[in-house]
Amino acid sequence: MLEIRDLRHDYAGRTVLSVPAWDVAQGDASLVLGPSGSGKTTLLNVIAGLATPTAGTVRVAGEEVTGLSPAGRDAFRARKVGLVLQTLHLIGVVSVRENLRLAQALAGAAVDDARIDEVLASLGIATLAGARARDISVGEAQRVAIARAVVNRPALILADEPTSALDDANCEKALALLTEQARACGATLLVATHDNRVRDRFARRLEL
Amino acid sequence: MMTIRLAAAYLASRPLLTALNATLLALGVATIAFLLLVTDQAEDRLARDAKPVDLVVGAKGSPLQLILSTVFHADIPTGNIGLEEAGTVMKNPMVASATPLALGDSFRGYRIVGTDASFPALYDAKLARGALFADEMEAVVGSEVARRHGLAVGAALTGSHGLAAAGPAHDDHPYRVVGILAPTGTVIDRLVLTSVESVWHVHGSHAPGRPEITALLVRYATPLAAAMLPRAINAGTAMQAASPAYESARLLSLVGAGVETLRWFAIVLMASAALSLFVALTSALQERRYDLALLRTLGARPATLAALTLAEGVTLLLAGVILGLALGHGAAHALGLWLAEAGSWPLTGLTWVAGEAILVGAVLAAGTLTCLVPAVQAYFSDPASLLAKR
Repeated sequence: MLEIRDLRHDYAGRTVLSVPAWDVAQGDASLVLGPSGSGKTTLLNVIAGLATPTAGTVRVAGEEVTGLSPAGRDAFRARKVGLVLQTLHLIGVVSVRENLRLAQALAGAAVDDARIDEVLASLGIATLAGARARDISVGEAQRVAIARAVVNRPALILADEPTSALDDANCEKALALLTEQARACGATLLVATHDNRVRDRFARRLEL
Repeated sequence: MMTIRLAAAYLASRPLLTALNATLLALGVATIAFLLLVTDQAEDRLARDAKPVDLVVGAKGSPLQLILSTVFHADIPTGNIGLEEAGTVMKNPMVASATPLALGDSFRGYRIVGTDASFPALYDAKLARGALFADEMEAVVGSEVARRHGLAVGAALTGSHGLAAAGPAHDDHPYRVVGILAPTGTVIDRLVLTSVESVWHVHGSHAPGRPEITALLVRYATPLAAAMLPRAINAGTAMQAASPAYESARLLSLVGAGVETLRWFAIVLMASAALSLFVALTSALQERRYDLALLRTLGARPATLAALTLAEGVTLLLAGVILGLALGHGAAHALGLWLAEAGSWPLTGLTWVAGEAILVGAVLAAGTLTCLVPAVQAYFSDPASLLAKR
């Protein structure tokens, strides 16, 4: 499902990311582990088509992301990738429902409130649909971010440091929700973190 | 649709700043819209009132005062002229028609004009009811005078001396209304017409052998008269000749200096608004760079981010323009109501003038150009580097 070959990314004259080869099968949950500055976020950005690598190829679900045009990468990301970020959760000035509708609209899909309600209910936050995103708690916002990542039933879910700001109990919960939701929509899950608490939850790991 | 909804949400999230920016722009637009409405209607009114008259012949003094008093009925006359001397002008072959005016009194602020049947003909005024005055102390009233004071044929009215409603009254000399004129959109709507003899009668000033009138409204028989007649009258008689077209233009140029100052003030206001809009959008862009990066992670294209920033600015612009036009028209209408109450010339805010389309177009074009800078910045924002630095 995910194939990386000879991937290299240089920044300011030095190589900040190097992945000779890595494959992840459809539906697998994998971990990208490494200290801060090791290139985890850069790797996720390249896979999501947000950054262009210096060399190498990335294929997702048979599509060579690194060969797509900028517009093609935007469309690919909207349709096939769900992103969960550490602190960059939601558009605060609109409601939780509007945040999910935005994801649907940008993927070119018709607004599907039934799907939104279904996802919010599965994450236990159905009552938050009408709340303004900036008025909800951090824990609630993280669940909404997961809901937004899965609302379009993506092929790939990328989570960048999803647990680093959470205590042990909430770290467990967040990971459980992520893996559960990824499994529910048949998506491949890739979690990038420097958080060692997460290490043992994933059988497949890429250490940077 | 998503872009517009999101832009509206961003604006609503900063209500005070949004309101201040829109108000600043609105004040500039309102000032210019107000000036356009007032000057356009004033110019139109002056032109319509002056158009039927080529030349005014009256007593020597200020030519502008002569025109203001005898054509626009907004000032006191410069004095009187002898009917006999005026007769020489009437007989001049360069004169097609000469309408006598005898002024002095008013009815509740509306001037009473002693004249003859040629005066309503100058303004194409038709009788809505009744007949034209034939005998002394008969009067025909303009449509606005009749409407505002509920005058009908058969009603009586008395004049007071001067133009002010509070002048000494001539209660012992009532006029009988014999006709009501249909509206013309000219100064005649605000006049009470009677015969010259009636005015003489009221004032008891008819000295046998030396009757006087206030002025003559002259229409030329030939274009050549414009060059010759005024000079002949001014140089060769004790009277003065003044051109309504020339004096109107002079009046507008005098008033125009003040109008121009206000117009520049409004332009400075709008330039401030544009600068404020630019600062607001640029700082908003800085504040929400993570939101923009987030939208990019969701698949938004760079053009979508530029459109979002532009939509926010243009929404603010439209709000300012709409509010400004409403304020400008509201102020013009309020002034019009006040002027109507004072019996002065009519002004309305319930109309559009051509200059407003140019105003709206120029404000939207300049404002959109202002918004383009932050929109281009949004277009080129790099989500990957922002996410990597986070």
